Amino acid sequence: MAETLATQPGAPHGAEAHRAAAAAGGKRRDFLKLVTAGFAVVGTGAIAWPFIHSMNPSRDVLALSTTEVDLSPIQVGQAVTVVWRGKPVFVRRRTEQEIAAARAVSLSELRDPQTDEQRVIRPEWLVMIGVCTHLGCVPLGQKPTDPKGEYGGWFCPCHGSHYDTSGRIRRGPAPSNLAVPPYAFTSDTQIRIG
Amino acid sequence: MASGLHQSEFTNPVVRWIDARLPVFTMMQKEYGTFPTPRNFNYLWNFGALAMVTLLIMIATGVFLAMHYTPHVNHAFDSVERIMRDVNYGWLLRYVHANGASMFFIVVYVHIWRGLYYGSYKAPRELLWMLGVVIFLLMMATAFMGYVLPWGQMSFWGATVITNLFSAIPLVGDSIVTWLWGGFSVDNPTLNRFFSLHYLLPFVIVGVVFLHIAALHVTGSNNPLGIDPKGPQDTVPFHPYYTAKDSVGLVAYFLVFAVLVFFFPNLLGHPDNYIPADPLVTPAHIVPEWYFLPYYAILRAVPDKLGGVVLMFGSILILFFLPWLDTSPVRSMRFRPIARIALFLWTVSFFVLLYCGAKPPEGIYVWLSRFGTAYYFAYFLVILPLLGRFERTLPLPESISRPVLRGGGPLPAGAAAKPMEKA
Ligand code: HEM
Ligand code: FES
Repeated sequence: MAETLATQPGAPHGAEAHRAAAAAGGKRRDFLKLVTAGFAVVGTGAIAWPFIHSMNPSRDVLALSTTEVDLSPIQVGQAVTVVWRGKPVFVRRRTEQEIAAARAVSLSELRDPQTDEQRVIRPEWLVMIGVCTHLGCVPLGQKPTDPKGEYGGWFCPCHGSHYDTSGRIRRGPAPSNLAVPPYAFTSDTQIRIG
Repeated sequence: MASGLHQSEFTNPVVRWIDARLPVFTMMQKEYGTFPTPRNFNYLWNFGALAMVTLLIMIATGVFLAMHYTPHVNHAFDSVERIMRDVNYGWLLRYVHANGASMFFIVVYVHIWRGLYYGSYKAPRELLWMLGVVIFLLMMATAFMGYVLPWGQMSFWGATVITNLFSAIPLVGDSIVTWLWGGFSVDNPTLNRFFSLHYLLPFVIVGVVFLHIAALHVTGSNNPLGIDPKGPQDTVPFHPYYTAKDSVGLVAYFLVFAVLVFFFPNLLGHPDNYIPADPLVTPAHIVPEWYFLPYYAILRAVPDKLGGVVLMFGSILILFFLPWLDTSPVRSMRFRPIARIALFLWTVSFFVLLYCGAKPPEGIYVWLSRFGTAYYFAYFLVILPLLGRFERTLPLPESISRPVLRGGGPLPAGAAAKPMEKA
């Protein structure tokens, strides 16, 4: 303290000292402003986050995110629709012909190239999210009486997308194949989706 | 001018473009920037800003709670529990909202008391004061209906008791209660309408607060001396002086608020409200939220149904008439040696009533409530009207800045004698 207070020989004084002090003060003010703004931004973010996060799926919703499906009652050629995370999931027990048709297609014909093998765990069972990749309608084709489209799979009536027996997009506005959810066989007759 | 645009003084081209067409920036600058404010505020002048902030907090947390809440008798309680356990940060939203209501009332009580002490209700601020009382009534209605929403035992029985107050009205009382309920007891229709109104009223409060502030900006603020600013030497611009001072108070306020929310979130609540509502069993001892206790004590102090209800509502409605009941032209109690003591005793009576409201209505508590009630009303109806005539007030300072600029010593004799002493 003592040194700073004592006037040193040759130290600036008068108007000159004033200007130097003002410049230093200016720097300090800039610093204070930056720190204040920084705190305000961090604080606002910290307050906003709980509000934003409260709109994300809550724990009870997340707890619903697995669905078990018993496959034993499904006959060859039949399909069932189950609900997973509020969305329809198509489970189809495919016939030999359907599998053969899906595997005969060459990848170059596909808009979203994927082999049938990549889309199934066991060839007999096709499991897909039943939501059209165009704008979210549920394609027809689960019931025996439904139109199945040009390729014998599914047909979305909303804007005319055709899916084949592997659920791949073949014609119409949809950009990609019906999505395959994460699932696993927990036994020979049971799968767990999610 | 021909184009009819506002002559904006802002230089930023975007701001200027908007301001010329819709002078909101000029308005903000005038009302919150350069607004001349008495230079002698103490921290009691912080509480209006705190109330404003709390209202915004209540609306923000409330809107997000409403995204998860289900207003149905079969689901309401569970949906609140789900908010507490499953919704991300739901516990925080709910605890801030529930404790925010308490903080809101603390802030508003201090704000009102500030008005009582410094005579802020007197001319020319009568309407400003009355708008404040309207806000207070709306707040009470909002908080009451909010407390019903979690549909616990206290929610249900609180709703039953308070709505039944209206049955005291002669002739039409019962029909009114049935109408309020939408049935023959507090039930799903009641819960639905309370939720609807609980969502609506805070926005009505925002509207009345706007009028409250508009009226304030016509008369300007009162101050601890209760005398009018006589010129620029008595005022400072609102910004940065009071924006800074209010920010300091706000930080302290948030600290208290945070301690309540994070360490004692259920301190001010009642454990019975964590028991789902049961229309067949009344809890042994039902009490309202703490901020209603003084009025509840007044209700129970009177051994007559209608009389109790009338006094209870009267205890708040009387505030509307206060500007005319207090006949003294001296605003600040600093210069009213007797009124100051009377107000101090009134404050004591308020706390005595608050205390008695939480106790069972028997023995000593009934008598304490009666004394408290008697003094509460006597202050407004007898003491203030009489003091206006008989009290010898102390000499008022000549101006706000004078004691400060003269170095704070005793006032020169001439200055002390001259001012607006009552004629
Ligand atoms: C003047 C402002 C407000 C006050 C004084 C207030 C007061 C209250 C109170 C005392 C409770 C009961 C708390 C409990 O024990 O759980 C409550 C609950 C609730 N309030 Fe408000 N509130 C206000 C504004 C709002 C707004 C603007 C909304 C919605 C837009 C809202 C939505 C809710 C909901 C959904 C509940 C039930 C959830 C719960 O009990 O925590 N509130 N309110
Ligand atoms: S949503 Fe399926 S084709 Fe448009």
